[in-house]
Amino acid sequence: MTSASTDSVTPVPSLEVSGLAFAYPDGHQALFGVDFSLARGERVALLGPNGAGKTTLVLHLNGIHTAGAGTVKVAGLPVGRQHMAEIRRRVGIVFQDPDDQLFMPSVREDVAFGPAAAGLRGAELEARVDRALTRVGMAEFKDRPPHHLSFGQRRRVAVATVLAMEPEILVLDEPSSNLDPASRRELADILRSLDVTVLMVTHDLPYALELCPRSLILSEGVIAADGRTGELLADDDLMRAHRLELPFGFDPRSVRTSA
Amino acid sequence: MGAGHVHKLYRHGRSPVHALPPHTKLTAVFAFVVVVVSTPRTAIWAFALYAALLGTVAYAARVPASFLLKRLLIEIPFVAFAVLMPFVAQGERVDVLGMSLSVNGLWGAWNVLAKGTLGVAASVLLAATTELRELLLGLQRLRLPPLLVQIASFMIRYGDVITDEMRRMRIARESRGFEARGVRHWGVLAKSAGALFIRSYERGERVHLAMISRGYAGSMPVIDEVTASRAQWSYALALPCAALVVCLLGWFL
Repeated sequence: MTSASTDSVTPVPSLEVSGLAFAYPDGHQALFGVDFSLARGERVALLGPNGAGKTTLVLHLNGIHTAGAGTVKVAGLPVGRQHMAEIRRRVGIVFQDPDDQLFMPSVREDVAFGPAAAGLRGAELEARVDRALTRVGMAEFKDRPPHHLSFGQRRRVAVATVLAMEPEILVLDEPSSNLDPASRRELADILRSLDVTVLMVTHDLPYALELCPRSLILSEGVIAADGRTGELLADDDLMRAHRLELPFGFDPRSVRTSA
Repeated sequence: MGAGHVHKLYRHGRSPVHALPPHTKLTAVFAFVVVVVSTPRTAIWAFALYAALLGTVAYAARVPASFLLKRLLIEIPFVAFAVLMPFVAQGERVDVLGMSLSVNGLWGAWNVLAKGTLGVAASVLLAATTELRELLLGLQRLRLPPLLVQIASFMIRYGDVITDEMRRMRIARESRGFEARGVRHWGVLAKSAGALFIRSYERGERVHLAMISRGYAGSMPVIDEVTASRAQWSYALALPCAALVVCLLGWFL
């Protein structure tokens, strides 16, 4: 696990994907050579139309799908059979439907699931759960069953379940879907306050612009563009070519982002 | 949102019975039922003593009699069967209120009624003083096959989610003018049930994906270690031990 630290001149990227290609068993090829890397602490949006292969790519990041060709490295550690447990600890995926993510009878047990699976017990486990829930502002809901929370609260707990594993990189699949504007803003505040690398898969373009200085466009199984979010969204030809549309009346050029 | 934040059988409280670790209570109830069932049916006074024992537990747990009695109603279908026995059983007969009843049947009915009621009362007390989640922890602690415990815990977690999905499907059907009337419409209901099954199955796959993403490798990690002290065990086992004494007296007196 420390093989990466020998390289002290250039810091190891949190995530490094190179030449990644994948075809489903039925022959449908979803990824055709994907290359990108995320530096530690970066917040990056992965944009793309439906069916571009975004979810397929996400499932490669923690080894649920294994690459047909190419490699994925998380903080220098290649994703592969031999250290799957460590990879899954380092890559925290927040799935789109919090009801899929929260499967335990109480919030506390759900947040504890990941660290407990990694062998944490007792007071240390409890402290980890409290810390994760505090970071998403859900500490007082610790003993509630997840299905009695609002959708926005469930999404925040889902983020906490992953933060509890102290991941190297947080991967969010459509984090703003089904959220009302207030929950959306609360989640944005939380994500901004975290000091982990974030890869956010979304077609909510204003949200990407608000949170992520850099964006990748995945289209037809390849990275079609990689650059500053504001510039990509302002490039009308590029946007049209990849079926990305801004909401009515939204002009990325008029938005000033702190990010 | 779903009804009832806690299960209807559970009665919130802070009694010494509530505070006992779940696996000691499970063991106590199981042992108690075994002892009651192995008591000879002719020792009527023994069953009265058992009832008194349960009454003591209910008092200690601060479960009111009306609560307990109302939940005992679940027994009625079985009682109906017991009531039939004196009429249909063979053998020696006696006349009661002008009806000819079988002596064997009367004893059989008493046997089913007394033992059944005591067993149900003990289970109701257990459910009233132990949360469902705790019960699962207790079962896990008692080394029940982990797969069974996991299935039960997912039932608790996803029961509401699936009921809600079912409700949405019903609303969607009714919004398009469908009303289930008679056999002709069963086909539609069956298709809805099938769709619900497939949705649940697919949800199962997504949940599994989420689980392995967080390091699940076939067994649930232990989050709450439930342990019982010697004193707690002896508190819980006081019930079946007292019952055992009564049972032995029933056999030898």
